[in-house]
Amino acid sequence: MALLEVSNLTKIFGGVRAVQNVSFAVEAGIVYSVIGPNGAGKTTLFNLITGIYVPSEGQIRLDGRDIAGVAPHELARFGMARTFQNLQVCMNMTALENVMVGAHLRLDRNLFKGALRFPSIARRDAALREEAAELMRLVGLEAFIDAHADAMPYGALKRLEIARALAAKPRVLFLDEPAAGLNPKETSEVDILVRKVADSGVTVVLVEHDMKMVMNISDQILVLDYGRKLAEGSAAEVRRNPDVIAAYLGTHQ
Amino acid sequence: MPRSRFTGLIVIAVVLAVLPFLLPNNFYLDLAIRMMINACIVLGLNLLIGFAGQISLGHAGFVGIGAYASAVLTTHYSWSPLAAMLAGALGAGVLAALVARPIFKLKGHYLAMATLGLGIIISIIVRNEAALTGGPDGMPVPALALFSFEISGEKQWYWVLSGILLLSLWASLNLINSPFGRALRALHGSEVASQVVGVDVAKYKLAIFVFSAVFASLMGSVTAHYVGFVTPNVADFFHSIELVTMVVIGGMASIYGSVIGAVLLTALPQALTGFEGWETVAFGSILMFCMIFMPKGLVPTLAAKFGRR
Repeated sequence: MALLEVSNLTKIFGGVRAVQNVSFAVEAGIVYSVIGPNGAGKTTLFNLITGIYVPSEGQIRLDGRDIAGVAPHELARFGMARTFQNLQVCMNMTALENVMVGAHLRLDRNLFKGALRFPSIARRDAALREEAAELMRLVGLEAFIDAHADAMPYGALKRLEIARALAAKPRVLFLDEPAAGLNPKETSEVDILVRKVADSGVTVVLVEHDMKMVMNISDQILVLDYGRKLAEGSAAEVRRNPDVIAAYLGTHQ
Repeated sequence: MPRSRFTGLIVIAVVLAVLPFLLPNNFYLDLAIRMMINACIVLGLNLLIGFAGQISLGHAGFVGIGAYASAVLTTHYSWSPLAAMLAGALGAGVLAALVARPIFKLKGHYLAMATLGLGIIISIIVRNEAALTGGPDGMPVPALALFSFEISGEKQWYWVLSGILLLSLWASLNLINSPFGRALRALHGSEVASQVVGVDVAKYKLAIFVFSAVFASLMGSVTAHYVGFVTPNVADFFHSIELVTMVVIGGMASIYGSVIGAVLLTALPQALTGFEGWETVAFGSILMFCMIFMPKGLVPTLAAKFGRR
């Protein structure tokens, strides 16, 4: 059974069918990419799967459990984590604290124990600090471990989101355009990072515009156009698909 | 890192220990006590407004619940002060939870309006239930006796409140750096980001609202016992605004800012008595000046200036 199964997923905003009848399955341990022209419905698809939007129709199954319409904070319990296309970093906190928040569900969150600083809380926080610093090194942010989030450049914040998502120890990680707005060098670093994450056993679902990156690292690719599934397959298959070429480059007349 | 976090706490403890020996008379001691009471309430309110990013424009209502629970239950029903105080806190907590549950599903302005309304309703009830509360004239409150010990005189109250303030400061500093506190700050920074890492946003907003309401109520009870008299002013809209102003002037999301804001705004009206009739104008001008030149509040602005966060 696939880790994630989406069937006949549809989302209607007023009169707009942002996602129509999309079905696909993601096997555990792979890098699965979703591509498509602007407005194809990629981010909407992500928002449906990660619980930000409620689907109009269709099913989403994680490990066989129907998760359509389940709230995002519940989905986190099932091992789902994500990053955002438009940055969602907490600018009122330090970089390290942003990563620590990622571990929310793995901590004792009792208000009174926290206020009275129980030794168990203090110990766990000290260990978590190390853990979070380690994650920042993993994503290449060692220079920003002591930084405040609002003092970090854009490229670093994109990676900070990945570190925060990893702090949750997810089973499936959704990355929404992790390379958007990055220069070629930074993009190839993210490229390597995504591969590293996938090799550590985390299933990665990726939305990305950078074709070089997508073709490089994806085991499987889903192509969306006008909210519909246009094609699905390996990088080589998708690249040869005439429908995909038409959607990206236009048709010969 | 923990060392620097508690430096301010130690400084405040030293100041509190020395202060009574430097103050010329009980007038100043009384002023210091009122500063400390306000500092505690503002601390709780800053957790809600500054750290969690949720506004309450009716917080004096909760202070009023505590004050009147202590006054009415001890006077008319001969409850012990401690039981009355806890009953008030429980009442404030339950009320806050009931109000918050539907409202926190909505955002920003709805909460401001609803808390504003709640505060006004409480203040109207207190004013109109004259048989119980003495109406606009207020009512006396017996001294605070805990078991066989009775707190009386400015000196004793000063030490009791110093203890409460230091404890509250310590607990607040701990809280904001605990998993609960980080979740709270995260939902302020980015609600959706905190949700996807598993923060049940509605639950956290509710928890901190109830927490700060209960704390305000307890401090209301303390105020009532200390002053020995309670009037509806304690619960009214202007007191709510005063508390929010202390948060803003001192600095949102700044623990020490809460103390500084409370100290300055409690002292300011006293310092301005020389303006005879123009105090309010002077008061307002100073607030405007602060907001224009230090929109982040005193403590965060100064901390940034001297290179510390």
